[in-house]
Amino acid sequence: MNTAMSIGRPTDRPSAQPGRFQPQQPVETPLVQLLRPDGTLTSDPDFAPTLSAGQVAEMLRDMTLIRRFDTEGTALQRKGQLSLWAPLLGQEAIQVGVHAALGQHDHVFPSHREHGLAMLMGLPVERLLGIFTGQETGDWDADEVRFHHLNMVIGGHTLHGVGYAMAQQRDRQADAAADDGVSLIIHGDGAISEGDVNEAYIFAAAYQAPAVFLCVNNQWAISEPVERQSIVPLYQRAWGFGIPSVRVDGNDVLAVHAAMQWALDRARNGEGPSFIEAFTYRVGAHTTSDDPTKYRSKEETADWQIKDPLSRTETWLRSEGAWDDAQQAHLDQEAEAFGAQVRSAVNNVTTPRFEEIFDRVYAEPTPDLIAQRAQVLREVAAL
Amino acid sequence: MSQLNSAAPNQTTTTLTLAKALNAGMRAALAADPKVLLYGEDIGSLGGVFRVTEHLQKEFGEERVLDSPLAESGLIGTAIGMAQRGYRPVVELQFDGFVFPGFDQITQQLAKLRFRSQGRVELPVVVRFPYGGGIGSIENHSESVEAYFAHTPGLTVVTPSNPNDGYWMIQQAIATPDPVIFLEPKRRYHEKGVVQLDAPAHGLHEAAVVRPGTDLTLICWGPMVRTCLDAAAAAEKEGRDLEVVDVRSLQPLDFATIARSVEHTSRAIVVHEAQRNYGPGAELAARLQEELFYVMESPVLRVSGYDTPYPPSKLESDWLPNLDRVLAAVDQSMAY
Repeated sequence: MNTAMSIGRPTDRPSAQPGRFQPQQPVETPLVQLLRPDGTLTSDPDFAPTLSAGQVAEMLRDMTLIRRFDTEGTALQRKGQLSLWAPLLGQEAIQVGVHAALGQHDHVFPSHREHGLAMLMGLPVERLLGIFTGQETGDWDADEVRFHHLNMVIGGHTLHGVGYAMAQQRDRQADAAADDGVSLIIHGDGAISEGDVNEAYIFAAAYQAPAVFLCVNNQWAISEPVERQSIVPLYQRAWGFGIPSVRVDGNDVLAVHAAMQWALDRARNGEGPSFIEAFTYRVGAHTTSDDPTKYRSKEETADWQIKDPLSRTETWLRSEGAWDDAQQAHLDQEAEAFGAQVRSAVNNVTTPRFEEIFDRVYAEPTPDLIAQRAQVLREVAAL
Repeated sequence: MSQLNSAAPNQTTTTLTLAKALNAGMRAALAADPKVLLYGEDIGSLGGVFRVTEHLQKEFGEERVLDSPLAESGLIGTAIGMAQRGYRPVVELQFDGFVFPGFDQITQQLAKLRFRSQGRVELPVVVRFPYGGGIGSIENHSESVEAYFAHTPGLTVVTPSNPNDGYWMIQQAIATPDPVIFLEPKRRYHEKGVVQLDAPAHGLHEAAVVRPGTDLTLICWGPMVRTCLDAAAAAEKEGRDLEVVDVRSLQPLDFATIARSVEHTSRAIVVHEAQRNYGPGAELAARLQEELFYVMESPVLRVSGYDTPYPPSKLESDWLPNLDRVLAAVDQSMAY
């Protein structure tokens, strides 16, 4: 890895003049890309692929299953079994590339669209589905799964991720044998405007916390294009905070993996926070309650579908002789079976008994909560 | 232009949903005063996630109906600056649970600038957002936050319960010289009602008796007015004649109208979705016992959400005050 890379990439650092007085945008925003949309390899001055074709074939499998999970999620909402779903269609390579780079002690502080990453980290699909059926709020142990709870107030969790990284840093200072885990904080292009998110960058930089920010720029915050949030490319925002950053092709699983590996290594080696902008596109709606035809063109969406992360990976694997029709047929079958598993998993989610909510508010229920729970039980008994 | 202008010129009433009535009210305010601006996330081409501002950007342009960056503190703070220079910003926050990133700007800045400037700075800012539960949403999308703002001196807090109030109260709020927290009961957005087009029936800060009765007063606002009217209709079948008062304005509070009702019925129940402890019902119960102690036949009761965070949506129907819980409280009050 190019150790000269400090703030941003050498090729597009703002020059002293006239950048001293005004931000200067590079003519072309450099994008780390290793695999072109047509499935051919390309090279990058700073990043090289480190994965074998066999590993990439596994990643194609993961992306395919994640896509299936997402498709089933949307279908379950249409059938009324979920009250809402936040589709991730088109963003599979980011979640799979990230997962392949994560260390076994790293923690993830997600936004609300990382269903695939959650699944790959071992969270049973019904735990996520339970949030979208309206039965659960986060029925898992984040210490164990290392995928932290979903926060719906945009950007609020980014500070939690930085604080967690500061704690990881202190654990290691106190005990050299402490685990080498770092924190990955994921947020979207809309969240970059929130005060909390900007404060998260400040704290991460001030304490040189072992944190990685992954900004999933899918171009749209509900109906607002990313230009409403920022007039400079998002990865350049990090410069002002003193955080090295890079923009990667979010639909290129090799590039995402390589950049994520760089950032995680930096954090693990005590070199402080990094920022990765994964440049992608929200092919689906913001959520199933949203109607994108109100604010963007079909042509735009179609243009992005050409850049599909799965098809380019498959094309490359075939050109390497590492993928064939039989493997594809087998994967299709596996995805079918997995789809059925997701559909049945939603039926395994149970609604908690109402009185359970009184036990979740404090370590010990207050006298008021005990009284309210008793009142509810009396009312139930009277029915 | 939609509904209202397509009506016959002499028409004095029309039927609209609450969402469309609010839309019509804002359209009228935008047309009447070039200083009125709408400001919020996704309010332009999308027309807001509940479509309350639908078509208004197209009609009045991007300079007056502004899609903002995703930052609530920024929205309120810059609205304050615009108001200092004579504009009347109407800020939409997307959901009740997303108010809190803007909490400092609302409670410490917007609320206090008049006082800080010794009365010189006027901030005619409306902060409107959907509130309350009942629509099957995920976390942070069903909060009842009225007490935080009614507790903050300098803010006024109002909430329409029906389309006619929606149409008039939003226009009255925009015309108010002080900041208005304008709470829209999201579960009632699609309920239809008759809108009087000639003149408002009430001032912005007046309570209204929406159903006269003699036995007991149900005190409520926003989403709970429909629930209380339904409860009163059910109680009538049991021979009980309940009065329903729609508070409409929590700050300032039209206590005179509430007191007149309770003097007459001698019994009162406050019904709100918000959690009970330190909630708005506590203020009303305290005022009633302070001022009407000798009139009351029974203690003021409260029917409210429980003192937990808002539950996952599959449990919300048991959490929210409903007809059965209101009627059980009526029985309890009448038994004294």
